[in-house]
Amino acid sequence: MDKVNGNHDVRIGFYVCQCGHNIAAMVDCAELAKYVGQLPNVVLSRDYKYMCSDPGQELIQKDIKEFGLNRIVVASCSPLLHEHTFRSAVEAGGLNPFFFHMVNIREHVSWVHTDRAEATAKARALARAAIRRVAHHRALEVKKVPVHPDVLVVGGGIAGIHAALTLAKAGKKVYLVEREPSIGGHMAKFDKTFPTLDCAACILTPKMSEVGSHPNITLWSHSEVVKMDGYVGNYTVKIKRKPRYINEDLCTGCQECISHCVYKEPKFHDDFNEGLGKRKPVYIPFPQATPQVVLIDPEVCLNFKRGVLTDKCKKPCVEACGDRKAIDFKQKEELKEIKVGTIIVATGFQTFDVGRMPQYGYGRYPNVYTALEVERLVNASGPTAGDVILRDGCHPKSIGIIHCVGSRDKNTNRWCSRVCCMYSMKLAHLLKEHTEAEIYNFYIDIRAPGKGYEEFYDKLLEEGVHFIRGRVGEVTDWAFIPEEEGKLVIRVEDTLAGVVRRIPVDMVVLATGLEPQADAQDVRRLFNMSCGSEGFFLERHPKLAPVNTFTDGVYLAGCCQSPKDIPDSVAQAGAAAAEAMVLIDKGHIEQEPNTAFVVEAECSGCKSCIPLCPYTAITLNEGSKKAVINEALCKGCGTCVAACPSGSIVQNLFDDEEVFSEIQGVLAYD
Amino acid sequence: MTKEWTPRIVAFFCNWCTYTAADLAGVSRMKYAANTRTIRLMCSGRVDPQFILEAFARGADGVLIGGCHPNDCHYGEGNYKMLRRFALLQRMLQDLGIGEERLRLEWISAAEGEKVKSVINDMVKKITALGPLDLPGKCADWDRELTELAPAVEPAPVESEVTHA
Repeated sequence: MDKVNGNHDVRIGFYVCQCGHNIAAMVDCAELAKYVGQLPNVVLSRDYKYMCSDPGQELIQKDIKEFGLNRIVVASCSPLLHEHTFRSAVEAGGLNPFFFHMVNIREHVSWVHTDRAEATAKARALARAAIRRVAHHRALEVKKVPVHPDVLVVGGGIAGIHAALTLAKAGKKVYLVEREPSIGGHMAKFDKTFPTLDCAACILTPKMSEVGSHPNITLWSHSEVVKMDGYVGNYTVKIKRKPRYINEDLCTGCQECISHCVYKEPKFHDDFNEGLGKRKPVYIPFPQATPQVVLIDPEVCLNFKRGVLTDKCKKPCVEACGDRKAIDFKQKEELKEIKVGTIIVATGFQTFDVGRMPQYGYGRYPNVYTALEVERLVNASGPTAGDVILRDGCHPKSIGIIHCVGSRDKNTNRWCSRVCCMYSMKLAHLLKEHTEAEIYNFYIDIRAPGKGYEEFYDKLLEEGVHFIRGRVGEVTDWAFIPEEEGKLVIRVEDTLAGVVRRIPVDMVVLATGLEPQADAQDVRRLFNMSCGSEGFFLERHPKLAPVNTFTDGVYLAGCCQSPKDIPDSVAQAGAAAAEAMVLIDKGHIEQEPNTAFVVEAECSGCKSCIPLCPYTAITLNEGSKKAVINEALCKGCGTCVAACPSGSIVQNLFDDEEVFSEIQGVLAYD
Repeated sequence: MTKEWTPRIVAFFCNWCTYTAADLAGVSRMKYAANTRTIRLMCSGRVDPQFILEAFARGADGVLIGGCHPNDCHYGEGNYKMLRRFALLQRMLQDLGIGEERLRLEWISAAEGEKVKSVINDMVKKITALGPLDLPGKCADWDRELTELAPAVEPAPVESEVTHA
């Protein structure tokens, strides 16, 4: 006889949820309720169609009063989904919410097994374990912790900008940290946006300057987050501000220094123009850059040698700056430490590296371009002022756009990047407008599932843009016939016509897919998040918590979560800002009381636990020679509990007795 | 046991990675063997070696521990603490005659629903090949032997108390 049987004060109510057919189809719910009903301490056992519904929750509350229940067990879905719902119902019934335990018989049983008898047996074992366990539950208090009202937004693309502005307008203090010298992200590089063809700069730059001037936003560009400590509501974040060798407060953005630089002509790789243009060692990334502050590249500036200050240049830039004295060659990297309550991660994406698909000839044939390069090429403020002039100096008369480069391909990335069909069509339209060339789109499927997207596709068809269905095999300059001489030949199987075609063009555009940033794994560890198998950050629930992460108080926005277009990024950024405001406006968070404590009488003072705690929550009381756990620092992992040789550390909700009774319960097979 | 024997496996899954992955396997309707009984803990670092011994003593044929990948622990390093205990436990289980292959430690991230399925199926296959452990049955046999043998053993003559004063 186990000791639970002797406990006559425990009155358990058991509920099995049918979840419509989700559970009932694979688990015999009536039989399960009957089985549990005869277990010790069980006063009441019911099966019900939907326990999470209002009537289901009211049933629990009514039974608690009517039958004097003091423990509740619900067998339904995952506790990660509905534990909170049922705890609230138990509390509304007048019990401490922690006199409750949940059995997962949907995600862990009915959805994953195929034999009804086996599934029912498993459900019985799990329910029996819960019945034994819940008898040991104790009343616990939820700890309330205040939430720091400031927010950190990481990443200054359109998602980060929108989230920061939304919060700032609501009166919240926001730190916006951007790695690049200017905010704007990928969107700043785009020429027009689909399907409306508004100019990207026209809609983005007003938001950028609003960020720059908003009193509630502290904008740190050219900076990176290096460390995050603390917990929801109380994060301490360290931010590295890389030197730009310009005093941001003194620089007015007049750019006199740029025109006076010893380099008369720009000759260095211009990242913003995808290398199609050149810049000087002192530069501003693009005309509307925010902050409107120049920066100096120590790798190429003559006053430095390989990044180290030599002071050997005659520095006409300093002279040009004059009294403003904004140039500071001695500027050092700075570490800032801030305290925030919530964090929005909007670190964006990188485009697929076309070098991984050498068959498309990028880098081998000068007239093969990536889509992002073409964005700059057709842009009026781009390196060619909008003139589509190719690397070999010609104007194209025919252009091939290859879709799905690095998307929907098991050799590279399996996922659909969602935006390539639409931006390819946008580029087709813009290129046609600029060059009047014949344009061929090579696609697998046209995916145009947004508002006005299908209509845009129709418009392109009317404009006479050609669409050829088939994945391109290769791009080659090997001519078979005189008409192909000097051209790039796209070899493709036209899967609608059922023939292999060779289409000679002057220019090839590769519609590169979107993939996680190269350092996404580091960022994930920094913020204690998870990644999906493809490397994008994982949301807490794909449908119901799409901007939350598994770390409370850390939210996602934009393409760092998955590829998405601008409207979706903006919508998600707004949602993330709203989630952050939920915590800030509530003012406090309720912490799961699963912390550990030391039973002083049993502690031998051996100090085994002290080095195990990752949060340094355990110290030795020098007076009593006993270990003490600081409850405010303890996060409830339970590592010290498992290691304590005398068993004197107890973890709330995961007490030894509770776990042992669960082990005994699951093994009491019938 | 009248039915055909199938292994009983107790699984300790950490809340943040492996338990979530098992939820994902459910949401994705992956199908796997019904032999595991999962116990949720906040961290694999909470897995007390006694939990594992208790599971075997109570009739488990195998124990599976699921934690976050190294470097991914929600609590920083709980999974490393489990890894240390795991190495010692394997030797101990070998010495106890339970066999180290009945205890398995797997790193399964929240995104790896597929891995939950393959690990459980593989483990069920391997434990089935090993056959039942049945420690409670063995203990009962030993107890019975002792009781049966007891009367046959001549009780030692009770010597009168000797003082060495």
